[in-house]
Amino acid sequence: MTARISKWPGKELHADDLYQAKVTQVRFRPDAKYAWSAGEAMSRFLEELQQGRLVARTCRRCKRVLFPPRMFCEECFRPTDGWTYIRDTGTIETFSVSYLDRDARRIAQPILVGVVSLDGASPMMGMMHYFAEMTPDQIRIGMRVKAVWRPPAERRGSVLDIAYFRPLREGEA
Amino acid sequence: MIGAGMTLFRRRLQETGKELCYEAARMALDSAGLTLADVDAVVSGSAPDAFDGVHMKGEYLLDGAGGYRKPYVRVFTGGGTGVFSTIAGWWHVASGLADVVLVVNEEKMSSCQPHAQSVFAHIWDPILDRPLQPNLVWIFAMEMNRYMTVHGVKKEDIALVAVKNKRNAVDHPCAQLADPKITVEDVLKSEVMAWPVQRLDISPPSDGASAVVLASDEVIRKRRIKDRAWISGVGWCIDSTMWTDRDLYFPQYVARAAKMAYKMAKIGDPRREIDFAEPYDPFDYKELHHLEGLLLAKKGEAPKLTREGVTQRDGDLPACPSGGLMGVGNPIAATMGQKIGELFWQLTGQAGKRQIPHEVRTGVSNGWGDLMQYGSVVVMRA
Repeated sequence: MTARISKWPGKELHADDLYQAKVTQVRFRPDAKYAWSAGEAMSRFLEELQQGRLVARTCRRCKRVLFPPRMFCEECFRPTDGWTYIRDTGTIETFSVSYLDRDARRIAQPILVGVVSLDGASPMMGMMHYFAEMTPDQIRIGMRVKAVWRPPAERRGSVLDIAYFRPLREGEA
Repeated sequence: MIGAGMTLFRRRLQETGKELCYEAARMALDSAGLTLADVDAVVSGSAPDAFDGVHMKGEYLLDGAGGYRKPYVRVFTGGGTGVFSTIAGWWHVASGLADVVLVVNEEKMSSCQPHAQSVFAHIWDPILDRPLQPNLVWIFAMEMNRYMTVHGVKKEDIALVAVKNKRNAVDHPCAQLADPKITVEDVLKSEVMAWPVQRLDISPPSDGASAVVLASDEVIRKRRIKDRAWISGVGWCIDSTMWTDRDLYFPQYVARAAKMAYKMAKIGDPRREIDFAEPYDPFDYKELHHLEGLLLAKKGEAPKLTREGVTQRDGDLPACPSGGLMGVGNPIAATMGQKIGELFWQLTGQAGKRQIPHEVRTGVSNGWGDLMQYGSVVVMRA
């Protein structure tokens, strides 16, 4: 058909057609608000964050230390067995140097962001977070890092209670 | 499969989603020589409701998709919808429930202001991810970086995919981003968005719609329909949403979906038995990632195949002869047009200037999406 069809439907518009209202249009701005109950595993996780600690759940059957913590093991499909603290040090598994903010707006100072797998959890298990006290040239996969916690008074029970992860210094465990 | 159609893909189109659905569906029916009265059931495919700003998007698009007063269902598997909706259409026919099924996919990303990226913010886990204000490009940059680092892949080799697909797209009449002159240099010098992703590594938001018509053996025989290709294998699989617990260097879920489809199609050695591929390529590295996930290349080998010209349209394993998402555009679910549609057009010898110069009898395509976790695979034969 592509060989036989000569007319392909669709009328292209340019940005100005919309922004300067050159075409007929209708506008709407949603105003929806949400409050999520954090649930069993995440409530404890957030409370522990506020205390400056990272907590995981263990599964006796597959022997994994599950982080982020969860009340059921998706592998064994059974309840997890208990809480355990893990460390706030870890390894950068991957990262990006972002010149885009949440809304795809350009930013001059790049955000260093990536996945850090945490010591004490099972291999490759970690969380997304920011990195700092390093330059875009210095950051690399495999880099050892440590959490920088916000002062206790500023913690709110959020992943943001960790400000970022910084390079692990020599002599630090 | 007995017909296919698609609209132009553009950053902004004037038509509503419903009107785009109608155009694509009409083309597909015309190309199959059928009318809506011949259609037993309709499948609609579209990605997150937030782009259009209308929840119950299936119902919103219904009339344009030709689905009213018929068995009708909207399917959604994130970015994998572009290939998955055909699987849903297939099971209607394969189960014997329907003889003719129309599959219509739509995406209109331009309605969301100022950029569709803002509503991607709502796909994240509200507790673990959202406070960090992530941009969707971040996680793909992280996946790309992991893939590059594990295998020692150079950005130059990844850029070759962007160059190939944007050049292939020159021959696609619906293409948004074709560029006959683009070079690796252009890609490497383009704006860094979220390193390692640069502007020319990424496909843009688009508006568009596409449609295909599926029919039973009996209908094809009775009506003596000559332009047809056969769906011989389907597979789909999803990995954990806890993406920070997975090694992103290899799409295990795509491999599982591919194995499911190959088993059904009785394909034992995909690299030898598959003649061409339409891997999902919203980013250039994804074509490489998916060629490996589809078991058409060993882990880390896809960049070498690309460098050696194997995946060019006249190569031994053409990949994205349509121009892909990188060249034709990325209206998420509507990419069915250059994925499934391209398999149909290539296998029925109707791809025009895009026709692979040697004979091709078996093709595979995959869709991919959600939080780097979903794979849908379709194998088709001439």
